[in-house]
Amino acid sequence: MRQYSNAYVIGFATAVCLVCSIVVSTSAVVLRDRQDRNKVLDRQTQVLVVAGLLEEGQKTGADEVERLFEDNIQMRVVDLETGEYDDSVDAAAYDQRKASKDPATSRAAPANNAGITRLPSRALVYQRVADDQVQSLILPVEGKGLWSTLYGYIALAPDTTTIEGITFYEHGETPGLGGEVDNPSWKSLWVGRQAYDENWQPAVEVIKGLAGPVAEDPYRVDGISGATLTARGVSDLVRFWLGENGFQPYLSGFRAERSAS
Amino acid sequence: MNAKRKGALLDPLFNDNPIAAQVLGICSALAVTTKLETSVVMSLAVIAVLSLSNLTVSLIRNLIPPSIRIIVQLTIIASLVIVTDQILQAFVYDISKQLSVFVGLIITNCIVMGRAEAYAMQNPPFESLLDGLGNGFGYSLILIVVGFLRELIGAGKFFGYQVLPLVSDGGWYQPNGLMVLAPGAFFLIGIFIWALRTWKPELQED
Amino acid sequence: MLEHYLSLAVKAIFVENMALAFFLGMCSFLAVSKKVDTALGLGAAVTFVLTVTTPLNTLVYNYLLKEGALVWLNPEWAAIDLSFVRFLAFIGSIAASVQVVEMALDRYAPKLYAALGVFLPLIAVNCAILGASLFMVERDYTLPESAVFGFGSGVGFLLAIVALAAVREKMIYSNVPPALRGLGITFLVTGLMAIAFMAFAGIQL
Repeated sequence: MRQYSNAYVIGFATAVCLVCSIVVSTSAVVLRDRQDRNKVLDRQTQVLVVAGLLEEGQKTGADEVERLFEDNIQMRVVDLETGEYDDSVDAAAYDQRKASKDPATSRAAPANNAGITRLPSRALVYQRVADDQVQSLILPVEGKGLWSTLYGYIALAPDTTTIEGITFYEHGETPGLGGEVDNPSWKSLWVGRQAYDENWQPAVEVIKGLAGPVAEDPYRVDGISGATLTARGVSDLVRFWLGENGFQPYLSGFRAERSAS
Repeated sequence: MNAKRKGALLDPLFNDNPIAAQVLGICSALAVTTKLETSVVMSLAVIAVLSLSNLTVSLIRNLIPPSIRIIVQLTIIASLVIVTDQILQAFVYDISKQLSVFVGLIITNCIVMGRAEAYAMQNPPFESLLDGLGNGFGYSLILIVVGFLRELIGAGKFFGYQVLPLVSDGGWYQPNGLMVLAPGAFFLIGIFIWALRTWKPELQED
Repeated sequence: MLEHYLSLAVKAIFVENMALAFFLGMCSFLAVSKKVDTALGLGAAVTFVLTVTTPLNTLVYNYLLKEGALVWLNPEWAAIDLSFVRFLAFIGSIAASVQVVEMALDRYAPKLYAALGVFLPLIAVNCAILGASLFMVERDYTLPESAVFGFGSGVGFLLAIVALAAVREKMIYSNVPPALRGLGITFLVTGLMAIAFMAFAGIQL
């Protein structure tokens, strides 16, 4: 067997590393823009779907999505504790997940059922706007399911209590069971239910078994058989974000402003 | 095509199937086969990485010093996987989200390392390419069969389209939740191996 | 505080068992589970490597690779994001750790080294090891959390492989159809074990 000198071994290893690094870095750099655009597009599509402007699973071109988003959706940043808008932060560039992890822009969450450990000081809200009027509020929600953290949006009508839609764009729940929280037919069960009761306390919940029709049973949503824990997770996280540690300050401020105008 | 080349391409389909006979590449076969769509994308990714890595290793096989052989193979394979991952994220973002961790795990997919070591190091480039393609196809065969069955029996769907109307939608089919879960995949592959070894008794162990 | 780590460990050992819930490490899981002694040896080696490499990779990721990680070297490099290289970096550190473990075992525990034989270097390509590091990145674990997670995953793998080996040793005396012997029946048994482990889902400490 040929004896390889040390110099050769080192030289060969270096050459392999060099070639591989060039190939890998080139692909990463060349494709980076596309990937970032995909991430933004994905987020925008999710918001549009829950706002009712796009059908779920509809194949829409990137330009169409961007145009729909530009024309109809306004992004704002709100201070969670005070509920007031904070326009000093650029909403388009704001990464809420990243902010939740940075101690400078977040705080430890008070004890809760939704498994949320950190709260960002500021959250993004999306508003569907038509004729200069806010037609719906789309709020990001997240919390623990059974296997993973679910990330989604809930859409509320301007009365801040009628639910217009809900969606989960990221989760690791069991496909076919917990994963059914992302099934359009289950999600449609939320439409028209009331998020808050007469005292403006979070009232909507996911129950075990079947709930009645929307008019008679406004606070309860059918459970998913075989997915009790995931559904409970959804219930807990929605109630958390509707509550005083979530968007309640913002929503009461929004209501006050509306009745004043 | 001469016999050796034909063998390299076709043997791994049944006679020497990487999953059922060589016991390689099991992990991803179980995890990504909940839907046919993800199975297909994963199969394509593995075929691409496997053939390119076999080709590359074979091209430089006489230059690699034996003492760093494994790490050189790993580096080549890892680089190919990273590029594949980048391409997936750029062009089919939704699917790459579903495949998440498992694309990276192609690096440790024993088939890729196994074929690089067992075949590409000793054979010329074209044959190695064919071997890579053949093993990729053998692997894909299992993935697609299992993915097809799991999605059909587990959710009544084919490629995301509802073909068996579910009871919950007013139809007649009660989806079999077991197929969607982990153990279902184990059972399916066990039965596939049983069928394969009944058809080809020379593959049986004693 | 302690409950958090305990809960993490229990989750890694039972609820999110590397072999039976995520199917990582299957190749060696199926190949080495014929006898309990070898299974025990492999399980121990995997646990050790996991406990060492998962925190090591946390450091590599947080101080070298992720966006803004290189700030400690030069504050101007805050925008550099090398996370796309993580596969290579992790595999590199894993391969290096396994090499070190191999040399240490050869020097200080030669009998164990001989017993493990070829499976020691094979740990480097065990998907469970790389998988644990990748999960750690996805879930953003801190250093102590990744150590606990690595250790727990290893123990879970050890439990699963020893259990399977015990079953397979007993199955030699069963009347298995020829085409199902060996690999076929092992898959079916593993499927049943996976169902059993699902009983742990939803446990919260």
